[in-house]
Amino acid sequence: MLTSLILLLVLMILGAIVALESKDLLSGIISLGIIGFALTVIFIVLQAPDLAIVQIIVETLTLVILIAAVLKTTRKDTSEKTDTVKIILWITGLVCVIVFMLAAVKALQYLPEFGSAESLRMAKVYIDQGLALTGASNLVAAVILDFRGYDTLGEATVLFTSVVGIIAVLRTVGRKQS
Amino acid sequence: MIVYVLAILLFLIGLYGIVVKRNLIKIVISLMIMEYAINLFFALIGYREGGAAPIHTEELGDNMVLFVDPLPQALVLTAIVIGLGTTALLVSFAVRIYEKYDTFDVRKIRKLRG
Repeated sequence: MLTSLILLLVLMILGAIVALESKDLLSGIISLGIIGFALTVIFIVLQAPDLAIVQIIVETLTLVILIAAVLKTTRKDTSEKTDTVKIILWITGLVCVIVFMLAAVKALQYLPEFGSAESLRMAKVYIDQGLALTGASNLVAAVILDFRGYDTLGEATVLFTSVVGIIAVLRTVGRKQS
Repeated sequence: MIVYVLAILLFLIGLYGIVVKRNLIKIVISLMIMEYAINLFFALIGYREGGAAPIHTEELGDNMVLFVDPLPQALVLTAIVIGLGTTALLVSFAVRIYEKYDTFDVRKIRKLRG
């Protein structure tokens, strides 16, 4: 269980490196698919079937959107040239990564050990009384649709706003011809 | 603890990509890597050793102690769907910029043209 989790995580990290360093944008996007689908498998291993179902749909849609965008424009990544600006960027990136790493090391000391029941104290009420209070046998559905229903309303608002934004940005009607 | 470290490493790769890469599509990819890392971290925190998926079934009965944490899963479920919306919006911005400037390179996208 832990071994398979670590193997999948290493696969995800390798996929991330390939996705960022490949010269071809299309192969970068395919490598992004490795990360997303490995994440789906990890969700199944972590006993989260709802997340796995949503992740596999969303990942497929994202890949379709990205591939359509790249095929409509260009596949070549021509921005990779080493110059002084690049070296400054490298140093900035290194500083960002080190600062975040220090904060993460500090924060990791306060986390409970992986797989311990200590982290469950947040959801104790949901687990104990979820079925009696909401009547939903799936506790994840009980949380998103009942205990935290306003979160889901906000999610629908964000989705609607993004769709409006996409239509406003990509519309061809009423655009000035240049 | 090593799984937490690996998830943070994945997040750091995305952070590096956002700061260093100059191609718009690569920046979108880096953002998505960071998003995956955060979702993964939440799911990892909610896991407990030997836990079952948080769904009441007949054979499980009243043995509720064995569930994994449903709260991070619900939060991640919302985050995944919102991630799709934001990614689609980012990609549409990138495509529109390409139509205007014929490049994804952020250094060449400097001119203000109405």
